[in-house]
Amino acid sequence: MSEPHQKTPEELDRENARPVDQPAPTGGSASAPATRSVSGDDVLLEVDHVTLRFGGVVALNDVSFSLRKGEIFGLIGPNGAGKTTCFNAMTGVYRPTEGAIRFQGESIVGKKKHQITRGGIARTFQNVRLFPEMTALENVMVGADAHHKTSVISALFRLPRFWREEKSGRERSLELLRFVGIAHRAGDVSRNLSYGEQRRLEIARALATNPTLLCLDEPAAGFNPAEKEDLLQLIRRIRDTGVTVLLIEHDMRLVMGVTDRIVVLEFGKKIAEGTPAEVRDNPAVIAAYLGVPTDAA
Amino acid sequence: MSEKASFRTSGGVRGWFGRQPWYVRAVLILFFTVLAYLLPYAGDVPLIGPQIITEGIDWPSALFNMSYYVLLALGLNVVVGYAGLLDLGYVGFFAVGAYGTALLTSPDSVIYADTGWKWLMAVPAALVLTMLAGVILGWPTLRLRGDYLAIVTLGFAEIIRIVATSTTTLRGDRGFASIPHPPGSWNGEPIFGVTDAIPYFWLGLTVIILVILGVRNLDRSRVGRSWLAIREDEEAAEVMGVRTFKYKLWAFAIGAFIGGLGGVLFAGEQSFINSQTFVLQFSILVLAGVVMGGSGNMAGAILGGVLISYIPDRLRGLSFGDTDLYEYRFAIFGAAIILIMVLRPQGLIPSRRRAMELKDREKEVAPL
Repeated sequence: MSEPHQKTPEELDRENARPVDQPAPTGGSASAPATRSVSGDDVLLEVDHVTLRFGGVVALNDVSFSLRKGEIFGLIGPNGAGKTTCFNAMTGVYRPTEGAIRFQGESIVGKKKHQITRGGIARTFQNVRLFPEMTALENVMVGADAHHKTSVISALFRLPRFWREEKSGRERSLELLRFVGIAHRAGDVSRNLSYGEQRRLEIARALATNPTLLCLDEPAAGFNPAEKEDLLQLIRRIRDTGVTVLLIEHDMRLVMGVTDRIVVLEFGKKIAEGTPAEVRDNPAVIAAYLGVPTDAA
Repeated sequence: MSEKASFRTSGGVRGWFGRQPWYVRAVLILFFTVLAYLLPYAGDVPLIGPQIITEGIDWPSALFNMSYYVLLALGLNVVVGYAGLLDLGYVGFFAVGAYGTALLTSPDSVIYADTGWKWLMAVPAALVLTMLAGVILGWPTLRLRGDYLAIVTLGFAEIIRIVATSTTTLRGDRGFASIPHPPGSWNGEPIFGVTDAIPYFWLGLTVIILVILGVRNLDRSRVGRSWLAIREDEEAAEVMGVRTFKYKLWAFAIGAFIGGLGGVLFAGEQSFINSQTFVLQFSILVLAGVVMGGSGNMAGAILGGVLISYIPDRLRGLSFGDTDLYEYRFAIFGAAIILIMVLRPQGLIPSRRRAMELKDREKEVAPL
């Protein structure tokens, strides 16, 4: 009931199992720019030698990695490493100076933000950006509208399509509010929601666009340990519905606990890629990101 | 009213109205609609009636004036109130509607020989023309935001006025005469004549009701949600899959359409228009009405439209001692606006959401 997507258990099992069964393509080595060894049908999103410059500043320098269907993928790095820049390039906010970004085999460079969203990439914001005067339900319905076809004419004259889509959109939105656990706040204006509820609402709104890939930009920022644990559960449940999750996060414990694979950025360059265990033991990562080993937990 | 209360359960007259069963609401709406249609006879009500009606101008005519001002306010409310686009050149669409009608129907028009249309035939053509004007203005300019958009729209209204003043086709000051009235007759007499303004008011009121129903349908749909999302956070809206440009353009076109309706009615009643009618003041006045009444809320926009037309008309023919108050109408009017804006910056009947947005912005300016 609370699952927004329909997938058979077999499919789920296969998808969940895949990242574990397959070796990481680069084996977590510290200097491996080529990642195109992954077989084609597996790859959901491919960042292919992307360089992004702002004037003289190189924000991303020849970064390559790819996300596989059904995994939880972590993108980490110290402050200013280019995580959010990379994220923005993947969601159409920035256009790479060089390189390509392919989603399901198709280039998304130069596409409009709303096209990318309707193509199946949804995101949340580092600082919550809801529509503050809309109710929680309305916020989610804006996301659900992304795939609706109700035109101005059918809304004006209340044609059958309007009623159909309005009803299904409302039901689906309520279902998503239940899924993230804030159904009881559906009728409340979102500015009145608590911080944690707002973060959940943002995830529900992004899920309403029916994404294949959900990108979360530091979803645990400002959370206490209990809330973080709830969020971990939520992210896993999202993955279990068949949505691939890209996670940008500072909190190492959170990232290590939930992700299947991780890419580490530093100064705009990829310095490591692999499973959490591989990344944790990588000397370059320890040196660059974790600092002294006592902080590494 | 608790902060956490949802709209349906909130207090005030609107909250009370929302909680009534549907038949109570239907009866109330019907009652007030009938009351609106009876407004031309307000003067017959003992005691209050004579205070309300205008003295210097025939009361039904004043009512008709209000009706097209209300139409303009409703149209501008879609653009400014719902989509949050500051349009200072709204009078341009009113002009396009009126000139479209005049060009197609007035014997003074260069294309009259080809068309020789009646008023009713010209209405759809003129409205298509205004929507087209809305799209033509919106297409290149809606990439701009806030103040920049306001300046461009200001330019648009001036272009329309200057073109109307200085091209021979649009006849400048000489204008277009003998624009036909709306059709229809009753007992052999035409319904829409020159002496009685009541039928024009009823026509205007009917159009207003249709516009209200249409805009309400749009507001309570995907379209209204998209407008609101754009107004609150345009980038977030786009990232959520809202085609922001498309919906902004629709807001412009719908606003233009409603403004054009006002122009078409105006031309049909006045039977004469020239370039003096469509001055910039007009745009500012309508915008003032929308803001004063309550931007983003139809009831507010209607009240604003009524006030900007009623106050000057009511002052006409009034004198205080030796001074003719009509001469001071803009001063009095300005004072009234300042007073309202100081006491109720969110407007007389504000949109609840708009009021909140305003409060948020207040906090940004002066943190508690």
